[in-house]
Amino acid sequence: MVTINEEVKNQNGITLHLIPNEKFKTVNIVVKFKARLNRESITKRALLPYVLQQGPSKYPSRKELQIALDDLYGAVLSIDGGKKGNHHILSFRLEVANEKFIPNESSIVEDAVKLLNEVIFKPNTKDQAFNESIFNRERETLRQKIKSVIDDKMRYANMRLIDEMCDGELFQLHVHGYEEDLDQITPEDLYTYYIELLQEDQIDVYVLGDFDSNKMEKIISPIIEQEKRTTSVKNDVEEESTSKRKEPREVVDKQNVQQAKLHIGYRTNIRYQDAEYPALQVFNGILGAFPNSKLFINVREKNSLAYYASSRIESHKGLLLVFSGIAPENYQKAKDIIEEQMKAMKEGDITEDDLSETKELIVNQLLETLDHPQGIIEMLYQQVIAEKELKPDQLIEQIKNVTIDEVIEVGKKIQEDTVYLLTSEGVSANE
Amino acid sequence: MSNKDYRHIKETIYHEKLDSGLTVFLLPRPAMSKTYAIFSTNYGAIDRSFVPIGETELITVPDGIAHFLEHKLFEKEDRDVFTDFGKQGASANAYTSFTKTAYLFSATTNIDQNVKTLLDFVQDPYFSEASVEKEKGIIGQEIKMYDDQPDWQSFMGTLRSLFKNLPVNIDIAGTVDSIAEITKDDLYTCYNTFYHPGNMTLFIAGNFDPEQMISLVKENQQAKEFAKLEDIQRDYPKEPEEVAHKEYKLTMPVSVPKCTVGIKESIQELEGEDFIRKDILQDIMMTYFFSKSGQFYDELYQEKLIDSSFYFETNLEKNFGYSIIGGNTDNPDQFTAKIKELLLSTKTMEIPTEDFERMKRKKIGQLLRSMNSLENIAGKYIHYHTVGVDFFELIPTIQNLSVEDANQYLQDWIDEERLGVCKIVAE
Repeated sequence: MVTINEEVKNQNGITLHLIPNEKFKTVNIVVKFKARLNRESITKRALLPYVLQQGPSKYPSRKELQIALDDLYGAVLSIDGGKKGNHHILSFRLEVANEKFIPNESSIVEDAVKLLNEVIFKPNTKDQAFNESIFNRERETLRQKIKSVIDDKMRYANMRLIDEMCDGELFQLHVHGYEEDLDQITPEDLYTYYIELLQEDQIDVYVLGDFDSNKMEKIISPIIEQEKRTTSVKNDVEEESTSKRKEPREVVDKQNVQQAKLHIGYRTNIRYQDAEYPALQVFNGILGAFPNSKLFINVREKNSLAYYASSRIESHKGLLLVFSGIAPENYQKAKDIIEEQMKAMKEGDITEDDLSETKELIVNQLLETLDHPQGIIEMLYQQVIAEKELKPDQLIEQIKNVTIDEVIEVGKKIQEDTVYLLTSEGVSANE
Repeated sequence: MSNKDYRHIKETIYHEKLDSGLTVFLLPRPAMSKTYAIFSTNYGAIDRSFVPIGETELITVPDGIAHFLEHKLFEKEDRDVFTDFGKQGASANAYTSFTKTAYLFSATTNIDQNVKTLLDFVQDPYFSEASVEKEKGIIGQEIKMYDDQPDWQSFMGTLRSLFKNLPVNIDIAGTVDSIAEITKDDLYTCYNTFYHPGNMTLFIAGNFDPEQMISLVKENQQAKEFAKLEDIQRDYPKEPEEVAHKEYKLTMPVSVPKCTVGIKESIQELEGEDFIRKDILQDIMMTYFFSKSGQFYDELYQEKLIDSSFYFETNLEKNFGYSIIGGNTDNPDQFTAKIKELLLSTKTMEIPTEDFERMKRKKIGQLLRSMNSLENIAGKYIHYHTVGVDFFELIPTIQNLSVEDANQYLQDWIDEERLGVCKIVAE
């Protein structure tokens, strides 16, 4: 069994996670800011990565920031926002070559930490506002991003499904924000919000690589040793009440497309922190996560209807989503076959072989995730979001112990909610 | 079996060329949980004209056949190989590029059995008319999926503008019409010619013992019979220096127009020292000018010609090479004019030593980062091995490059006649 050695310390309301690990030739530092999803702040949180990536006050343009990164043997900095359940997570990620593998270098990691500290805590501001020209430019960048979601049909269909399915819930909020809110935000507002975020968000710092923990704790100290923060962490994983549909709803959009996207959303009523979560993983595995799952075998291999047909779970929200790309005229047939697979799962049409193979595939997938630096960090962070200690090796152990009965029990809780179809113009959905 | 230590990066590679002609590389990484294996043939979408094994006449096969063959190897008379891997806890996959077709798995258990399955399924084809027909529906949907992706259309459109005769101007998956012509006999013809072990490489990286692994592979291969090894005769059409179309325009329902400028980097066959110098310098030039620290990026950004979708990529293969610069833009004409102007201005530029040293550091850091991933190492190692270059020697090669090398390269880098454009606009 692979045990990930994670040393956790709390200081000034910031949690430091040190993960010494000899597998990698780089050091990864990830700083995560977590807050509850909110329509008021989502567009600001979407805009922040764009503005902050244009450089802190010490390197006040993207070019100067990038030259500083290039000098550190091409260190890679990225800032991104994402939804996890009812939360928004803003992540600053920095990956830098470990000086161990470069002759005559000894301070690359330390210099990289200093740079990251500048980017997060010393932004390019003037009079309590972000630099106006950078702000204006990046607001346009985000506007383009919001507009162009429609060009990626798979993502667009997924967004539309969540729009319809989670109408009125926090999870419905668009991770890129809203165009109509963009014009209301000023450089002052955004900076004021950023100060609030630095003060009030839950902060977790992960450092992973081949290093000595005591030395690394000193190196990372500029990021950890912030002024005393005002807000302690709020416990807020409670579930929203969601309207339960009696009958699944069907939504059809039409566009000029070659291929139709059929996405179906189910409520699992099970989340990461729940005891049934490992069994839900197995349920999803047998249904649609792998090339020997029911969806791939039946939609693609047996009926030749699609190139891809798969499912995944939204662990912190309690959703199971099915995706497939089909010819527009095959809608009814594909939908029937997908629903038959779900029905078969619920009725317990699962063999011992299905169970053991799928469990092994999931365990394999988890172990492989632990061979990637970002994979380790994301897996460990799941516990922070769910506010439940479930170490990777515990999760693996629990997956191995899942029984067919437990998978069938999971099936009883799963409800079909919304069928979403993006199809070509001029094709009737009921053909 | 021989082995080679690369002390600077703490890696050891084991290598052997088996009697059948199969090239085997083993990279033990005991700290990893998983093992990744890739079985790759030196055969891709551009190999459409060739002399079949045992024959004398050149033939041309339907477009998309290498990719079609990749799909069909997974299906056997009585089962699907994905299921076999699934039973053994492995996740399997495959891909077809312009120059290679590769089959791979990763697993944390049953490694020996999975390696055998990988070798056996690739070396035991079963094609029937019925299963060939069935696959046409699946691949048809794969093609339709790409038809709806503006980014892919823009990539292929740029290659079409650059290359006149070389089949990199044809989609790897072919078209719905071209795959309709494929028969089971075509598949066997291609298979028998290009899947000879002498044309293939096996790379295994991860958690295993190399001595035990090589015996397993040898034993597996010795139990099989292969035809006598012949040189494969491939026919690539002659490609002119200049681009095929100065501009290639497509209409698609896009929210913002997409525009790309392509550089026809190479049409010559390159190997060894020549290849690697060009490979590194081509990449450094693109990074130097167009990455976020680059002067050209900065100008494009200031003039509001680009947004966050801006990207560049560069690729050098044995027989061809290209670079692509593109993104969404409201002003495709201005974007094109500006990029061309910037590119042409490099002829009289000189890169300062300090900047070049920084680029070298960046490239070295990138390489170290890529070595965190077994998939990446295996893919890159095979790619470079095909052209006679050792991937693990790249860092010292980069360290030895001088700014004079770079500036000399820069003088001949760009010619107007080797620049092509692709624009995608809404109807």
